[in-house]
Amino acid sequence: MPVQGYMYPNEIELAWSILIVLYPFITGLVAGAFILASLERVFHVDSVKPTYRLALLTALAFLLVAPLPLQMHLGHPERSFEMYLTPHRTSAMAMFGFVYLWYLMAVLLLEIWLDYRRDIVLLSQSTKGFQRFFYRLLTLGSSNISEGALRIDERVGYVITVVGIPSAFMLHGYVGFIFGSVKANPWWSSPMMPVVFLFSAMVSGIAAVLLLYMFSTWYRGKTIDMRCVDTVARYMFYTFLIDFSLEMLDLVHRIYEADESFRSLDFMVHTRLYLSQVVIQIYIGTLVPIGLLALTQLFRLGERTRKRIYAVAGSLVLIGVFAMRWNVVIGGQLFSKSFLGYTTYKIGFVAREGLLPAIALTLLPFAILWVLVKLLPPWPDGESLRPASDAPAHAD
Amino acid sequence: MNISRRQMLILLPAAAVAWKAVLAGTPEASPNYKMTEHWWSMLVDIDKCIGCGNCVRACATENDVPEGYFRTWVERYHVSDYDLANPVVDSPDGGKHGFPPIPETGGRDFFVPKICNHCADSPCTQVCPVGATFMSPDGVVLIDKEYCIGCRYCIQACPYGCRFLNPKTRTAEKCTLCYHRITKGLTTACCEACPTGARQLVDLKDPKDPIHEFLRTHHVQVLKPHLATGAKVFYNDLDGSVR
Repeated sequence: MPVQGYMYPNEIELAWSILIVLYPFITGLVAGAFILASLERVFHVDSVKPTYRLALLTALAFLLVAPLPLQMHLGHPERSFEMYLTPHRTSAMAMFGFVYLWYLMAVLLLEIWLDYRRDIVLLSQSTKGFQRFFYRLLTLGSSNISEGALRIDERVGYVITVVGIPSAFMLHGYVGFIFGSVKANPWWSSPMMPVVFLFSAMVSGIAAVLLLYMFSTWYRGKTIDMRCVDTVARYMFYTFLIDFSLEMLDLVHRIYEADESFRSLDFMVHTRLYLSQVVIQIYIGTLVPIGLLALTQLFRLGERTRKRIYAVAGSLVLIGVFAMRWNVVIGGQLFSKSFLGYTTYKIGFVAREGLLPAIALTLLPFAILWVLVKLLPPWPDGESLRPASDAPAHAD
Repeated sequence: MNISRRQMLILLPAAAVAWKAVLAGTPEASPNYKMTEHWWSMLVDIDKCIGCGNCVRACATENDVPEGYFRTWVERYHVSDYDLANPVVDSPDGGKHGFPPIPETGGRDFFVPKICNHCADSPCTQVCPVGATFMSPDGVVLIDKEYCIGCRYCIQACPYGCRFLNPKTRTAEKCTLCYHRITKGLTTACCEACPTGARQLVDLKDPKDPIHEFLRTHHVQVLKPHLATGAKVFYNDLDGSVR
């Protein structure tokens, strides 16, 4: 039965689809990956250095895809440019374009370019043909890699990262605000929303980089730097604890206050959202990975076991955070704003907002990352970048 | 007159464009209408509504509302003596074709016509990223179809469920208070079709409008006042259970 109880007639069909679930998920990965990268740069957590460049490229790959689900979802994508030309200042959504552009152009691209400048110059000298032309373009005409120039790069890069951290917070906190500021919807309307979104974003971004680092190292036949993955996993664990506590605080608050919407929301969590919220998000996506990560903190486990735990926990975290986005976006539309009924989300497969484009958009960042990694190798061992006698890729 | 093939090929599309313009007709001008002299809203007298669905049908015809979506609809409330806060509500096809009879089980039954509240502080206007939704100086919340990007944020922001995405135009849509009619001195399609006068278009800026007397002498309420949207559709004798 698609509708149970009473829905306002225009509410039966959901306005926001799986593509809008993807949008905060992907943006969250960007923010999380960048914050992990900044750990090394700003807070000098040296042990996470092997993931630094990979985290930046991951953030870029996902950031390039982030606006696509929104674009595909729009009734008139050709008019989306109006958000830049005539933004409506009271609209939280209108600011997306600007926050996005700021983050892409002023933070991420600039930081990656500065960090890779030396490599780009070296590559533009050592490669031939089209590749040489391409890298020469990337140098933007600056081939000075003297020690003094690199020192300036380093200093400017540091400043950009310092600016980048609040920008990453803003990028994702703002996504939470889009939902949290909708007073018509009690499932969304909460000042906690931006904070919860931000912390879950950090957890998911860290998990993504951890998995990508472990996979790529294994794939290249190199040894995983255990000090690095241990540290990354520890940060993931602590951030996850904060995230979980915030989400539980929100939950307890809702249950205890039990306002007019509570009956409706409670019913939903016990029925239509039971699988995605209770089973997938809370049990499989939160409690199990927190328990697994706690094991690594409490006991001395062997390297193999730790690696496996990190791989499993990281994957579950991503599933859990995706489920969280699903429960917010889809869950927030399954009940009537009259609090008298419930509807069902029907998802198509090959449709404009169906499962197939959603899967394609999820895979696209990985394809982009693959290309980025080929162009700008992020590996700490400097593989395929320069002669073995040269310094490591990220020498500064 | 001889027309060459070349001339014919040029003339045909030109004629088609001209014919299309003739068919579309010229929009009626309303030269004497001054937006700043009006502040439109609506009065709904719940006691008078008989749930016939005339208003829903009239609106759908007048505004070419796509099947399955509603600019206005009618709800039937059943409030039991024992559970005042949890009414049973139905609105088959938006009440378009009236309501099937229900067995007498005690409690109260009444109809509630719903329509965009043309809120003075409308959340839909606030959230529109491009300003395609706006409030006209005469108090009507309107959508610029040529400008709407179809993001549906306004649909999420409306607490009353009054908005939908028109599947044909792929833009947001809702009640315009029959703006094309009221600016020419007519009333809305729904008000005109209502056999009992349960709906009345009111102009709060017109000192002679009986609404002023009505508001003074009746118990009038708006929907979801706690959300402070500045809703302007006034309901006479609104039951507390209505959402």
